Amino acid sequence: MKAAMYDYAKPVTADSAVALVGASDGMAKFVSGGQSLGPMMNLRLAQPGTLVDLRGVPALRECRSEGNLTLIGACVTHAEIEDRKIDDGTQGLMPYVARGIAYRAVRNRGTLGGSLAHADPAADWINTMVALDAEFLVAGPHGTRSLTAAGWMSGAFTTALEADEILTGVRFRRLSPAARWSYYKFNRKPGEFAEAIAVFVDDAPAGICRAVIGAIDGPPHVIGNARALLDNPDAALLDPHLDAAGLETGSYEYQVHRVAFERAAAIVRENRKQQ
Amino acid sequence: MTDIVNIVTQRIELRINCEQVSIAVEPRTSLADLLREQQMLCGTNLGCEQGVCGACTLMVDGMPTRSCITSAVSCAGSDVQSIEGFDDDAVMNELRAAFTAEHALQCGYCTPGMLMTARDIVTRLPDADDERVRLELSGNLCRCTGYVGIVRAIRRVLDAHRTSQNVPLAVTAAA
Repeated sequence: MKAAMYDYAKPVTADSAVALVGASDGMAKFVSGGQSLGPMMNLRLAQPGTLVDLRGVPALRECRSEGNLTLIGACVTHAEIEDRKIDDGTQGLMPYVARGIAYRAVRNRGTLGGSLAHADPAADWINTMVALDAEFLVAGPHGTRSLTAAGWMSGAFTTALEADEILTGVRFRRLSPAARWSYYKFNRKPGEFAEAIAVFVDDAPAGICRAVIGAIDGPPHVIGNARALLDNPDAALLDPHLDAAGLETGSYEYQVHRVAFERAAAIVRENRKQQ
Repeated sequence: MTDIVNIVTQRIELRINCEQVSIAVEPRTSLADLLREQQMLCGTNLGCEQGVCGACTLMVDGMPTRSCITSAVSCAGSDVQSIEGFDDDAVMNELRAAFTAEHALQCGYCTPGMLMTARDIVTRLPDADDERVRLELSGNLCRCTGYVGIVRAIRRVLDAHRTSQNVPLAVTAAA
């Protein structure tokens, strides 16, 4: 239950962090909060030769508004989002999601970018960012590039990020004040990874009504136009999406995802009434 | 014959219980192991060593942190407070008295971590109801008490603070 030996570096710029990992023959790994990597290293499921700590890079904590877009730096912690220390522009969605991630002691250290780069399908941010259609901003040895939400995650724990690239932040359209959202997570114990996640983002003024079926085997299943499903999530409309999400008809997983989705839709409908 | 293992250490500076410390650690050494094995501060208990049970929870820069999955090198420059550092802390002393009064511990193994989380609840969420207290406690496992006494103890301190607005909520020993 102790990590294997490794070396540690804490650079202050993204470029030097990229250079350190690039020079390591594939044995170095970036770390930020380490709340997933730490347990994996203690269990020796991960044995990197060097850890390059990104928490010393101030640029990765920058957050700002760009017109109707919000940019959030990768090293912002879950607790900072929960406490509304940053202007996330999601009308309360991100603080709500943050509060449900693991436990406060984990949220104090774990980061948005770390969770997205780890890409556990049952984690919260990966599903939330897809629901917000976020753009993933990446820096590497050949400069910067940006990936779409659909292009970010290709499978469980697998992203488009190269080993020597850093996720520097995410950028997405701010939600209108009239937007309504819901985030329904099913788990047996508070703070554990979800068995099912359903997200709705209904921003009528912006012409957006997006839904996500999450905590499945692969990347989140996105429903780009979920207007009809929001009003009436019956079997005829929902079943094809549950099938497309890779869930086996009639299984326990199929059922909990169905219920999570129906409840998420009901919450948005209820919130709209109170408008 | 023994293999020669080249152990590379790094020297870090940090504050531990209000005292400035300079110490050489291996990068793989967890904050909990640094305290327990190099500083002889054994009040921090290790349970699962994978960030689940909460027994090793302590304060880093005033925030509850899992010391079993946090490396000591990553805490360079930080202010670390383990249970030994709260002797003169008003809120912690109220919590200790309440834990005793409400029988909030039996074997005591989870207690240092429980007290850290309890202190965080009392100072950060002064309006917490029982449901919120239970939710916030969900990251600390206790296999003896069934949590009822722990929730009551925290409730007792929260109620005492509510009835006496004069009691400052965010007093820290490190102040």
